[in-house]
Amino acid sequence: MQFIKPDINIDIIGKRKIGFIVSAGFILLSIVSLIIHGGPKYGIDFSGGTVIQVKFESQVSIDKIKTGLAEMNIDKPSIQAFGDTKDHEYLIRTDMSEITEQGFSKKIQESLTNAAGSNAEVRRVEMVGPQVGQDLREKALFAMFYALLFITIYISGRFELKWLLSGVVAAALMGSVYILSLLNMSIPFLIFSALIVSLVLFWFLEFKYAMGAIVALIHDIIITVGIFSLFGKEFSLPIIAALLTIIGYSLNDTIIVFDRIRENLRKYSKNPLEVIINKSINETLSRTILTSTTTLIVVIALFVLGGGIIHDFAFALIVGVFIGTYSSIYVASPILLAWQEFGRKKS
Amino acid sequence: MKTFSWKTGMVAVVLIAAVIYILPTLVPGMWPHKKINLGLDLQGGMHLVLEVDTDKAVENTVERIIQELRGILKKEKIRYTSIERIEKIKISAAISQEYSDGFNKVLDDEFRNLRIVSKSGTEQGVNIIMDLPEDEVREIKKMAAEQALETIRNRIDQFGVSEPDIRNQGEKRILIQLPGIKDPERAIKLLGETALLEFKLLDETNSPYEAEKGTVPPGDELLYQIKVDRTTNREIKTPFLVKKQSLLTGASLADARVQIDSQYNEPYVSIKFDKKGARIFERITGENVQKRLAIVLDDKVYSAPVIQEKIGGGEARITGSFTTEEARDLAIVLRAGALPAPVKILEERTVGPSLGADSIKQGLASMVLGGILVVVFMVIYYNKAGFIADMALILNILLIAAGLAAFQATLTLPGIAGIILTIGMAVDANVLIFERIREEIAVGKTPHAAVSAGYDRATLTILDANVTTLIAALVLFQFGTGPVKGFAVTLSLGVVSSLFTALYVTRIVFDYLLLNRKLKTLSI
Repeated sequence: MQFIKPDINIDIIGKRKIGFIVSAGFILLSIVSLIIHGGPKYGIDFSGGTVIQVKFESQVSIDKIKTGLAEMNIDKPSIQAFGDTKDHEYLIRTDMSEITEQGFSKKIQESLTNAAGSNAEVRRVEMVGPQVGQDLREKALFAMFYALLFITIYISGRFELKWLLSGVVAAALMGSVYILSLLNMSIPFLIFSALIVSLVLFWFLEFKYAMGAIVALIHDIIITVGIFSLFGKEFSLPIIAALLTIIGYSLNDTIIVFDRIRENLRKYSKNPLEVIINKSINETLSRTILTSTTTLIVVIALFVLGGGIIHDFAFALIVGVFIGTYSSIYVASPILLAWQEFGRKKS
Repeated sequence: MKTFSWKTGMVAVVLIAAVIYILPTLVPGMWPHKKINLGLDLQGGMHLVLEVDTDKAVENTVERIIQELRGILKKEKIRYTSIERIEKIKISAAISQEYSDGFNKVLDDEFRNLRIVSKSGTEQGVNIIMDLPEDEVREIKKMAAEQALETIRNRIDQFGVSEPDIRNQGEKRILIQLPGIKDPERAIKLLGETALLEFKLLDETNSPYEAEKGTVPPGDELLYQIKVDRTTNREIKTPFLVKKQSLLTGASLADARVQIDSQYNEPYVSIKFDKKGARIFERITGENVQKRLAIVLDDKVYSAPVIQEKIGGGEARITGSFTTEEARDLAIVLRAGALPAPVKILEERTVGPSLGADSIKQGLASMVLGGILVVVFMVIYYNKAGFIADMALILNILLIAAGLAAFQATLTLPGIAGIILTIGMAVDANVLIFERIREEIAVGKTPHAAVSAGYDRATLTILDANVTTLIAALVLFQFGTGPVKGFAVTLSLGVVSSLFTALYVTRIVFDYLLLNRKLKTLSI
């Protein structure tokens, strides 16, 4: 069986402007959504607060749960049905992070049972203090940054044989992040500036493959974060794990296309670059679609059957698989070409 | 063919090793090796991050130095206007001019570690501000964090949790993982209690009810006894006016255990002092017959019995209408010792056992469904070669499970998600190879040549693609905590084992089919 005929030749590169417009549109949408929502919505892992998962024996109303919580002096809780409706399970969130100290579970169990008139079982309590939340947030951002950094080093080393140079770039970046962090700069800003610096460095050192890959990755992350914000979903530690996986996955795709491009550059050195890139994307298209399909199959299985706790995580992966596949075709490779065009104008 | 059988042998060894590692998880007890560790999110349990208030430990030390200083000055008959702790960790002393030299001498002889910050002359005499050197402050903080960890470890050991994980995190944080704990409330109470036991004399000349209105006599403090009525659940708070000075503390304890009062059939905690403590206790009780001695734990009065006679032998009892459980927990904290400084809970994650079981069920269900769908899909798409990819896939899952058991890594819910994701991505390497083989066959190569060329040309691409995923996984492992780390572990294991199965195992199968079974056509 074949989805795609071996001799297929879709003019992807010729339509790259459409791709750029689509990407720009999505990125714009993401940024607008983030601005409207006042930045990403942090879960308790990052903002501090408490989450309580309660299961009732029978149907209860959210108002009654609220009454029960008010007795415990929990103001402005957000209460959400969780999982299957027949489970009568609810997720209660509050910004307060110092309430779990003593006798909390038992008391809340009692007051919820009384208020709702149905036996309540506290299945999960998660409390993160504000300071810890900030620490976790910084750690997560650093994780993303270092993943991007190491990956670009690897790509520029492997594809352009500039190991030494990429090592120097890495050292310079880590050094500058360290120096900037001494200035008490806020971490997101720090990482943003580090990324800008890397892009400028890649440009001047002509790390075109690394450039293509990292632009695609940043593209993927921004859009995934944007879609999360659009759907009002929260960022938690597992979502960061999902984002990093998306980075890895999207890069998988990108590298396989790049490998083909390099191979074909040697084989058909006389052809213009755009023809070679187009040919390479087409040759790997079958594999790209196949792998995305199998990955999607399992991730959707996880989304449907994995249960409430893993739901958002699976959602992030689904979004990531789509965007990662798209970006390796329409973002990463065309950037290689943009480079050459720019060079042509210069000379 | 010699190399061929050598390769097969190696795969067989890996397979057998994998089965050996997995068996104990599938059939508990049949193999001496360990099971796969389940994370707290899967088996239920408690994850806590505590912060030791090390600043408080420094304050306590300064407070103790002040007590000592006052004691020595009294002995040397040097009068002082005031000696107080100010700005948390500084000591301010006001001395009249005539005693100033004597005071300086005491400082030089006995308190060499005190640093003089400033000295100013007043009409009455001199004002001296002192503090501790930074090195010493740092040392006190470090010791407090270490000692807190030790104390908490002791308490948990005595509480009886199987396989707890307790470790320092940063300078003053303590990470505690308690799997399978049934009563998280009790655990928090046990861990959070400072457990500073003090014996203080009651001030019986003044009324505690007067003091409650706002005027606590100097040298006294107002403490409460809190009792819960068993039948009505009502809290009864009784005020006590006690002398600030503590005559003896829990530091002099040698043992604490639960006993049952034969008369009232009520549990109490019997405590035993060490030699020095026993001597002090004997002296205190001897000097204060017919007075009331308050037993105070963390500023709460447990009981205030009247001393009937001098008590030798160094034994005493703490009563307070306990339940057996409460008495047992009190004995544990007394035995394990007091925390050098209060601790605060920074992070708490408690997962009930039923939720954990649900998570496993749902995780496995999605794994099975996703896996079956992929397996079927591969066979439809690649015909018989699809079976080879499927075999590699199953071996892959087996190897991940074996890897988890072998490294004693922890399987978490995101970890299961990692395995599921690996199932989807593991076929990628096979897909790359198969697509190459198809290309080669399309140019007209023989099956054998096509397979060789396919593997040769795909190998480097596969390595590149997987190394980057591995990088992301390793970074996650480095920065991640708890469940996220679990995800990184399964993802890394998945990448490594899929490299092995795709590049090595499936190749052997192809070679076997093409060389030994002399297949002329390839169903791919």
